[in-house]
Amino acid sequence: MTEQTPDAGSTSPTIDTLTPVLTDDWDADRSWTLASYERRGGYRALDTALGMAPDEIVSAVKDSGLRGRGGAGFPTGMKWSFIPQDNPKPKYLVVNADESEPGTCKDTPLMMASPHTLVEGVIISSYAIRAHTAFIYVRGEILHVIRRVQAAVAEAYAAGHLGRDIHGSGYDLDVVVHAGAGAYICGEETALLEGLEGRRGQPRLRPPFPAVAGLYASPTVINNVESIASVPSIIGHGAEWFASMGTEKSKGFGIFSLSGHVTRPGQYEAPLGITLRQLIELAGGIREGHRLKFWTPGGSSTPILTDEHLDVPLGFEEVGAAGSMLGTRALQIFDETTCVVRAVLRWTEFYKHESCGKCTPCREGTWWLVQTLAALERGEGSEADLDLLLDQCDNILGRSFCALGDGATSPISSSIKYFRAEYLTHLEHGGCPFDPALSTAYAAVPAPVGADR
Amino acid sequence: MNHPTTSGTISETTLAELAEIAARYPQKRSGLLPMLHLVQSVEGRVTPEGISVCAEILGLSPAEVSGVATFYTMYKRKPVGDYHVGVCTNTLCAVLGGDEIFQRLQDHLDVGNDETTPDAPGKRSVTLEHLECNAACDYAPVMMVNWEFMDDMTPDVAVRTVDELRDGAPVTSTRGPRIGTWREAERVLAGFPDAKVDEGPAAGPSSLVGLGIARDRGWTAPDSPVGEQPEPTDDPRAAGDPAPGVPEGKGRREEAAREADEDVDEAAQVEADSPTQDAAADKKEAQ
Repeated sequence: MTEQTPDAGSTSPTIDTLTPVLTDDWDADRSWTLASYERRGGYRALDTALGMAPDEIVSAVKDSGLRGRGGAGFPTGMKWSFIPQDNPKPKYLVVNADESEPGTCKDTPLMMASPHTLVEGVIISSYAIRAHTAFIYVRGEILHVIRRVQAAVAEAYAAGHLGRDIHGSGYDLDVVVHAGAGAYICGEETALLEGLEGRRGQPRLRPPFPAVAGLYASPTVINNVESIASVPSIIGHGAEWFASMGTEKSKGFGIFSLSGHVTRPGQYEAPLGITLRQLIELAGGIREGHRLKFWTPGGSSTPILTDEHLDVPLGFEEVGAAGSMLGTRALQIFDETTCVVRAVLRWTEFYKHESCGKCTPCREGTWWLVQTLAALERGEGSEADLDLLLDQCDNILGRSFCALGDGATSPISSSIKYFRAEYLTHLEHGGCPFDPALSTAYAAVPAPVGADR
Repeated sequence: MNHPTTSGTISETTLAELAEIAARYPQKRSGLLPMLHLVQSVEGRVTPEGISVCAEILGLSPAEVSGVATFYTMYKRKPVGDYHVGVCTNTLCAVLGGDEIFQRLQDHLDVGNDETTPDAPGKRSVTLEHLECNAACDYAPVMMVNWEFMDDMTPDVAVRTVDELRDGAPVTSTRGPRIGTWREAERVLAGFPDAKVDEGPAAGPSSLVGLGIARDRGWTAPDSPVGEQPEPTDDPRAAGDPAPGVPEGKGRREEAAREADEDVDEAAQVEADSPTQDAAADKKEAQ
């Protein structure tokens, strides 16, 4: 079962193609309730964890190979081990549930269907880093998810999973559910801390890293929802069990979110290393009569890829080697009816809107990117504007204060790399040559003759 | 409690609730975001009075509170209608129909972005806004009513929905409860739950697609090695059993702590030049 085939990059042949763990109870009756969660063995991993030394939990998470599921892929256990335990200040765990990266839609259904998986993960993770207060920062725009998380925390308190002397262990933990107020930048961990401290959500200079001086200048771990929700399964089934799935350096399972022009968009939980070809096949193929044009592996901040990359194993290193990033496994699929210039312009307008204004390269740069791109999309400007765009990107990438600015350049530089001719077509055509009606989800299925256009 | 309000639209009850929010946190200023949500739930927007009571409670200046209120898009300086209707026009939803839906609603309601329908006898008011990605891309195009999901939207259904809202007819989220007013929603965001948590499904159909395929084909995650063992093993470090179930002795804990210390040194180096810079460098290479 633990046989690996690292050379294949993909998962072991003895591991099933889909491996529901986090999604496994989403079809259970009233799955969001404590009763349902406990019927399925919920909060047993917490008992196991409370019988372990905190450092043993950190070691188990390290050994599992779990890497951050919020996009960056930093090893979770290592992040935890950065917390200086000799620091007399309180330690904090903050869950980043500000899911806002365009295309990303995995934490939202997880918290709606199975909030107790997250809460149990919060308790175990807080115990591991010796925190006695944890926060779940949920974006404000997902009201029903907030209800479910609020209720799960309340139920957990009432059942003795939270509060004083949890399960008779002597361990105390309080959890606060905090609703955000609409700011993409608060997905950046230090901006999130600013929001949680009641300030404008602008990123902080690092170092010091949050592990040393985070919330209230105290040692703080900030993890994505899916990372924390994976912890109970690692403690319950073992680090080796987790590591038996995935690729050599991208262990375990993850939720892959397919959206756009596939027959069955949705959530597919699989070992890391599955390919887009496999996922599209499971999703019933590209919608009838069409073919794949471009896709994002992990949200709009990850450079777009094309049908050349269908067989790239979706692991951190593998997608990196293909010129993009695994990100949040937000697989936005676009077929040949989609204008790539329109798509990229809209993403760029998003980054301009969400730029927090703290640093000049991002604040000014994203504004200029929109000006240049919008002119191209209208068929104005010249081919030299493509070089201008790349030059603007060069002045943002690596020079902005946080990753938002870097991300803003990804769709532009990657689309010029793969679809330069399509930009030029806009200039020749005097505007966009595409009919947007054909791209809609409710467009009629084209006649077969149109399929190979 | 002493407070600077004299016009009295913010009641003593609300003032007590604002203080209660601040008290949830180790440092009271952390309560500001939910406090502003509560202000919106009673005032219909972030009012100057709301700003000054928050400032008073938190020991901040009104300018500091105002600076926060203007940073976040969910806080409104203009009155919001009974219903806030948002249409995602980020790339994926826009391409799948969000642009057309937003245009149709602007035309139908005769309002622009972030504008509210005028008061009319017997009608509820609707504020229309285009949204950035709302984390429901597998249900694109997505519309939100008072931050409840209206999945797999079409222009016709969108028009029908806003007509129902304006008429005061019941509208139910596709993945949530019967929709209340925007002010009621803001109160939940302030951390005062309503009684709607058990309404709506656990998950919508798209959320369950992969799980359904796995069920059909008998696909599962590997069996738990822990579950196969009836009793905890004698050696908790045995392969496949990192869950010993019994507290370890002191010596073991110290050993673990030592290991952790070594890891810190080794790992500090890794994070020192990590997240942003690494990602940037990776992307640069990729170009």
